[in-house]
Amino acid sequence: MKPLSRKATCNTHGQDSSYFLGWQKYENNPFDEVRNPNGIIQMGLAENQLSFDILESWLDMNPDAAGFKRDGNSIFRELALFQDYHGLPACKKALVEFMAEIRGNKVTFDPSRLVLTAGSTSANETLMFCLAEAGEAFLLPTPYYPGFDRDLKWRTGVEIVPIHCTSSNGFRITASALEEAYQGARKRNLRVKGVLVTNPSNPLGTTLSLSELNLLLDFITAKDIHLISDEIYSGTVFSSPGFVSVMEVLNGYENTEVWNRVHIVYSLSKDLGLPGFRIGAIYSNDEMVVAAATKMSSFGLVSSQTQYLLSALLSDKNFTKKYLFENQERLKQRHKMLVMGLQKARISCLKSNAGLFCWVDMRPLLHSNTFESEMELWKKIVYDVRLNISPGSSCHCTEPGWFRVCFANMSEATLNLAMQRLKKFVVDSTTNNSNNRSLDHYYSAKNSKKKSLIPKWSLIPKWVFRLSSRDRDRESSDER
Amino acid sequence: MLSRKASCDSHEQDSSYFLGWQEYEKNPYHEVQNPNGIIQMGLAENQLSFDLLESWLASNTDALGLKRNGRSVFRELALFQDYHGFPAFKNELVEFMAKLRGYKVAFDPNKLVLMAGSTSANEILMFCLAEPGEAFLLPTPYYPGFDRDLKWRTGVEIVPIHCSSSNDFRITACALEEAYQRAQKLNLKVKGVLVTNPSNPLGSTLNRDELNHLIDFAIKKEVHIISDEIYSGTVFDSPSFISITEAVMEKHVDHESDLLGRIHIVYSLSKDLGLPGFRVGMIYSNNETVVAAATKMSSFGLVSSQTQFLLSNMLSDKKFTSKYIKENQRRLKKRKDMLVSGLRSAGIGCAKSNAGLFCWVDMRYLLRSDTFEAEKELWKRILFEVGLNISPGSSCHCSEPGWFRVCFANMSQEILKVAIRRIEAFAESLSSASGRENLSHQRSARNSRRSLSKWVFPISSYNDHEPADR
Repeated sequence: MKPLSRKATCNTHGQDSSYFLGWQKYENNPFDEVRNPNGIIQMGLAENQLSFDILESWLDMNPDAAGFKRDGNSIFRELALFQDYHGLPACKKALVEFMAEIRGNKVTFDPSRLVLTAGSTSANETLMFCLAEAGEAFLLPTPYYPGFDRDLKWRTGVEIVPIHCTSSNGFRITASALEEAYQGARKRNLRVKGVLVTNPSNPLGTTLSLSELNLLLDFITAKDIHLISDEIYSGTVFSSPGFVSVMEVLNGYENTEVWNRVHIVYSLSKDLGLPGFRIGAIYSNDEMVVAAATKMSSFGLVSSQTQYLLSALLSDKNFTKKYLFENQERLKQRHKMLVMGLQKARISCLKSNAGLFCWVDMRPLLHSNTFESEMELWKKIVYDVRLNISPGSSCHCTEPGWFRVCFANMSEATLNLAMQRLKKFVVDSTTNNSNNRSLDHYYSAKNSKKKSLIPKWSLIPKWVFRLSSRDRDRESSDER
Repeated sequence: MLSRKASCDSHEQDSSYFLGWQEYEKNPYHEVQNPNGIIQMGLAENQLSFDLLESWLASNTDALGLKRNGRSVFRELALFQDYHGFPAFKNELVEFMAKLRGYKVAFDPNKLVLMAGSTSANEILMFCLAEPGEAFLLPTPYYPGFDRDLKWRTGVEIVPIHCSSSNDFRITACALEEAYQRAQKLNLKVKGVLVTNPSNPLGSTLNRDELNHLIDFAIKKEVHIISDEIYSGTVFDSPSFISITEAVMEKHVDHESDLLGRIHIVYSLSKDLGLPGFRVGMIYSNNETVVAAATKMSSFGLVSSQTQFLLSNMLSDKKFTSKYIKENQRRLKKRKDMLVSGLRSAGIGCAKSNAGLFCWVDMRYLLRSDTFEAEKELWKRILFEVGLNISPGSSCHCSEPGWFRVCFANMSQEILKVAIRRIEAFAESLSSASGRENLSHQRSARNSRRSLSKWVFPISSYNDHEPADR
């Protein structure tokens, strides 16, 4: 008899072996400005390390919040005993107000519809348990956060069916892609229970447009399914267009059928840079979902010590206003630094306005338009250039050559160094180009609008600057 | 629209248990504001030693302020989400666990996996060890929460191992085999046995015989043993606590049996340290695959790094932990003795216990009839008339009606005294209702029965009751 379950022995926790090797490589040789200046720079971790000083200074001025005190009186006992899965009321109130503030107060949230969970990892899994049976499916636009393969599928038995998005339109979700994914699921005999989107998107770093949101709502209405909007990056929107939450689009549709089927996931891991504190939340208009998710949160409650700290932090409106503004400014600066640094290396990326990363177009550096080539390039970047970045295939991107590169988890100096290394790598690759094509030739070709050099299949997205690479196969790019 | 899990009721929130909670919430006792309110005695919380924790906190403000040697470690903690857990914390935890076991066993921090509470730990073990539709055997009576924690999202079944008062609810080889056969008849593949040691709701530690029966059974049937030892620090009286690990070592189990790879311990700081709000639970396993899988699954419920840091500091203070363990146990014993003697003076007996935060009280003789309906009736009377929220044995799947779990560590001494007075008054009112002669008759009958069952003091009830040697 098999002593352990299939879940324990299989590999569908999604921790893929080739990336594991890359991560191991980083672990064995991590960059340190002083101790290991030639080590691998971590650019694969979507952490927000830019605004800790603001948090630290708040903590210094408010020692009671971490000291289990309220108005100078100890509330240690109360917190030590507090394990009510309805959550600390003050924490939920402060959190919904923070969420509203992030949305420019264009939506208001009811704290009784918020369920606290130990991180959005827990929130997403809990929603799967609530909304789908094992063997049913959720549709997710690609590229998507690799962790979803584990979080949504592993213990729940739920399937993910991708909604293919492409660079031809900036990876936007289209009605035909939605329908194609739905039909694809049906052909596999998978009952679709809903769509899960991340807005702002990881790994794209873009916010969903109003038309995408309306499209999604139309789609879930027509198919009678759910929509989960994972908005954990909502506080990281640093430039226009601003953030439009799905809840904002639903203003005026309260108590309609569709309103009950829209659920939001939130977390303080990205906006506040506190992944270690495990604060996640589900917000739902459906009472039964709230009730079931509340009970399920027993399996991953937020420490009361942390709930209390958060309630004090977030109810300080001076702090939240200052933090949101300053944090977004800093993210904007960093983003600009990365984009410009990439440009200097003749590398472009998707135009983005949010998140802690850029979606970088390295297709011109591929030997061939294949995922094998992407893996080859990735290995070179990890081992030779010594940058740990995330290959698009790990995010289920349908097109090889895209990489997610993080910019908020290191110092400015380190980011600059990373850009220098990358530039050198590109220059060296181009210099070794046996076809002897110069970069200038391609820029002028683009500018001269010679149609033969512009693939017919694309909508000529403004932000993509094509570059040469060693053995670039022109025909294969035309096929895409 | 929603999954079956979300829409059904098998999260097993027993309705009578829930009713008790509701009534308490509506009318909670307060010494001043509501002295006639309901006293909560259904919550297994340890509120006796907070002063010790608070005094430690007052002298160790760095741990609270997220500082180490005066230097802020806020950033490090804010970012720390490694599911391998805070190394310093795990080192302290295994040391603490060894201490609780009198250093008769040693634990390896690499085999410890942290997660948000033992609720999470137990569910994770089910996901790791069993497929949906497979089963674990649990001795009754057991903690009502297991019905949700072990079964709800995992699809695993629980098959009870019936224990009875005839031998102090001890697990017997026969009961184990009988449960196994019953599972077979239900076409359920048994993956293991889960015991709580010390037991909730019995408040007693498993003895060597029981542990040996479990080990023999697990070897013979090639199944797992999960030992939920969350009350291990609350053992306040002899016999001393024997951990499953110690029992296996002493039995010199043949390594070929692979048994070691099938022993898993669940622990938590909710009961021993009285910190249920902080969500600190853990799994200890000798099985590498289980440790690896559970580590990844802990992603769904990691312990806040803020909390890991605070408690790793606290547990590293060995003077404090020694003092705490000893003093906490002394206070628990005192409280338990108070409750037991209070019950005795009301003519009510309870199972002999040496651990836990509650007593397993025998109210069979107060039942109108030897049925669960009568137990429910009695429970309601105690809730509404006496004003005490206690847990009926049926909610713990006890096979005999009339037993109740009564907690003693979640209120002040004064409130416990009030509760005891109310019980005495209730018992008095029952015995005066049935007549004084009956009472003296029963008292002499009781004295003669003492030789049969040491701990059970029957009193009169409305009708003739069956002898204690059931």
